[in-house]
Amino acid sequence: MLLRYRGSEGMLAWAFHRISGVAIWAFILLHVLDIWLVGVNSELYDEVLAIYASPFGRVMESLLGAALLYHALNGLRIIIMDFWPSMTRYHKQLWYLSWVAFVLIGLPILIQIMAPAIGLEPPFRFGS
Amino acid sequence: MSYEITRSGRAKPRGSGWELAIWYLMRLTGIGLFVTALAHYIIVHFVYDPAVQDAVWVTARWASIAQRTIDWLMLTFVLFHAFMGLRTVIGDYTSGGLRAFLTMLLYLVGIVLFAMGTMVVVALPMPQVPA
Repeated sequence: MLLRYRGSEGMLAWAFHRISGVAIWAFILLHVLDIWLVGVNSELYDEVLAIYASPFGRVMESLLGAALLYHALNGLRIIIMDFWPSMTRYHKQLWYLSWVAFVLIGLPILIQIMAPAIGLEPPFRFGS
Repeated sequence: MSYEITRSGRAKPRGSGWELAIWYLMRLTGIGLFVTALAHYIIVHFVYDPAVQDAVWVTARWASIAQRTIDWLMLTFVLFHAFMGLRTVIGDYTSGGLRAFLTMLLYLVGIVLFAMGTMVVVALPMPQVPA
C-alpha cells in the first residue's frame, strides 16, 4: 500500500514518521515499566536487563535507535517547514538530507551496539 | 475545524484554542526530546554497554539530583509527545464513541505512567556511600 499509493517522498516521510512514532510510543510503555521496577523489584529489573543485553535485545535496540533517529531527524524537517513555510518547496531535499544524517550518525552506533552480539569488543571505548 | 495545508505531521489548527496550544507544545517537546532523548540513547547504548546497566548502575546514575531532574523532564516531554501523538493517530482512524473511549483510555495510561515514572525518579533511595 505504501509503495503503490502515490509513494512520493512526502507521503513516505509521513508514513515512516507515523510508524516510527507508534513504535517508540510502545517502547516508552515498556521503558517506564522497567525503570519503575528498579524501585519496586530490582532483581526482576536485572532479569529484564539480561534480555536487553542479549543478541535479540541488541537487534531490538538497534531497531529502536533507527526509529528514534528517523523520527528525530524528520521531526526537525517538519519543524523547519512549519515555521519557515518557504522551505516546504525543498521538502524532498530535506528528506534526502535527513537520510544522509541518519546513515552517518546511525552506522557507528549500530556497530557499537551489535559488536558484543557477534562476540566482538565494542569498537569505540570510553573512560578508563 | 479548518486547517492550513502543509507537509507537516499535522496541519496547524486555526484559532487560538487548546488544539493550537497542543500543536505548539508537540513541536516544543519535540525539540526538547531531540536533545534529551537522543543524548540519552547515545549514553545508554553507545557510551555504556547495556550489559553493565543493572539496578546498581541505575542507582549510581541517580546519585546526582541534576541527573534525576533531567530524566524527569525527559519523562514529562516524552509522555506528552508520545501520548498526544497517539491521540492524533486515534483521531485519524476512529470516530464517535470509539474515538472518545480510546482517547480516554490513552489519557488514563499516560497519567498512570507519569505517576510511576515520577515515583521512581523521586523516591529511589540514594546509593549507599561506602564508609
